[in-house]
Amino acid sequence: MQHRSHINFPQTLIHSQVKMAEGDLKLLGTWPSPFVLRIKMVLQQKGLSYEYLEQDLKNKGELLLKHNPIYKKIPILIHGDRSICESLVILQYIDENWSDIGPPLLPADPYERAMARFWAAYIDEKFVGSFWGILKAATEEAKAEKIADSFGVLQQLEGVFKKCSAGTGKGFFGGDTIGFIDVTLGSQLSWIKAVEKISGVKLLDKTKIPLLMEWEKRFLAIDFVKNTLPNVEKVVEYGRLLQATTWKVTPAK
Amino acid sequence: MAASGNQEVTLLGVRLSPFVIRVGIALNIKEVQYEFLEEILSAKSELLLKSNPVYKKVPVLIHDGKPICESMIIVQYIDDVWTRSGTTLMPTDPYQKAMHRFWTVYLDDKFEPSLYNLTMSQTEAAKAEAEEQTMAVLQLLEEAFVKMSNKGKPFFGGDTIGYLDIAIGSYLGWMRATEEIIGLKLLDDARIPLLCAWAENFCNNEAVRNVSPEIMKIVEYAKFLRSKYTPPPAK
Repeated sequence: MQHRSHINFPQTLIHSQVKMAEGDLKLLGTWPSPFVLRIKMVLQQKGLSYEYLEQDLKNKGELLLKHNPIYKKIPILIHGDRSICESLVILQYIDENWSDIGPPLLPADPYERAMARFWAAYIDEKFVGSFWGILKAATEEAKAEKIADSFGVLQQLEGVFKKCSAGTGKGFFGGDTIGFIDVTLGSQLSWIKAVEKISGVKLLDKTKIPLLMEWEKRFLAIDFVKNTLPNVEKVVEYGRLLQATTWKVTPAK
Repeated sequence: MAASGNQEVTLLGVRLSPFVIRVGIALNIKEVQYEFLEEILSAKSELLLKSNPVYKKVPVLIHDGKPICESMIIVQYIDDVWTRSGTTLMPTDPYQKAMHRFWTVYLDDKFEPSLYNLTMSQTEAAKAEAEEQTMAVLQLLEEAFVKMSNKGKPFFGGDTIGYLDIAIGSYLGWMRATEEIIGLKLLDDARIPLLCAWAENFCNNEAVRNVSPEIMKIVEYAKFLRSKYTPPPAK
């Protein structure tokens, strides 16, 4: 599957189209993985053409095993004869290798860069622990605890956004264009909504996290975001399947 | 962007922590003057709780009033701020950078728990399992060293200590202490000759020596931790 991208900067910037055939760029992934989705978003933002190869994790192929022998996980970015693994490492590789194309993913200021890295790592840790934890919880008690944790995470990120945009009025954690924190959090949106549907809890509540909800609207308005995030119903179906098979959790309903 | 010498640098930490040692090494390589504030982890200071409210952990670097947390994020920050030539910790090539970052992720993910389990192991079975896992990681790092060190250079970073060198090297004290307590050889010349040579070069470096605790102090502390250790329930 070939992707040719059309860069669509948010309203404040010049609309431009860049096509980049950067030799051999392949992305190995699975359709629901937020760690893969964020790579797709950034490749599209940079206007880089790549081949996407959907993987079967129950039956891992030769290419996956060859290019990530250590973890045998996705995403994997293959660039010519180079393999890069771990999503946040891949994002930084793309940002640095094609630093002359498109907006930067990480800010220039060292302190802001450190903050972006810190919050991206936080988001990933909490997503797996807290949000997925809601789906994995075996008891009502455990579920309630994970729900409380998840609310805490969103509240924390509301505060981070407030700080990032204080006085600048910028629309994204990254400023005028989406950056490291934006894609890390944004790539989780379909899953957060799926967790809401499966667990019956409203997490994305504009009375509790008004700034984040405004951010979400702007984020979802971006073309390459819209056509990358999977359909929430599909994710709900997949989440229920994981509950039944991998996590062996019988939902209360 | 070079920082002026007037901006205050404070490191909150505990001297025996590999994660804190990482920051100390980076600051030393850059010849940055800093104040070290030793924390008591069972009675964390106001400053620590205020500077790292999310995790309440060390190390925390406070530079010009602003806190930065998470050891390797701090190391990257130090590299970005203090840019005197000859002291860069990250290579310039994006792919080489990715390799430093990937191996650091892997190290903290796989090596740290294995080494901890080995240090704490109190049965033959636990020791054997942890030793196997620990050696497996070291074997992979031995292979990575060949690819990354540019043939015959002393460090993962090439001629000088780099990001990954700091990440791995910070564990050397605990590795030696574990060898002592458990009675085995991790840095075995016969199995991982390149890493052994690398370890010697690393430990002889002045920036490293300056923040490396005495092995006996680590041994003492590890023995204390062992006395309180209860293994996790079998899965």
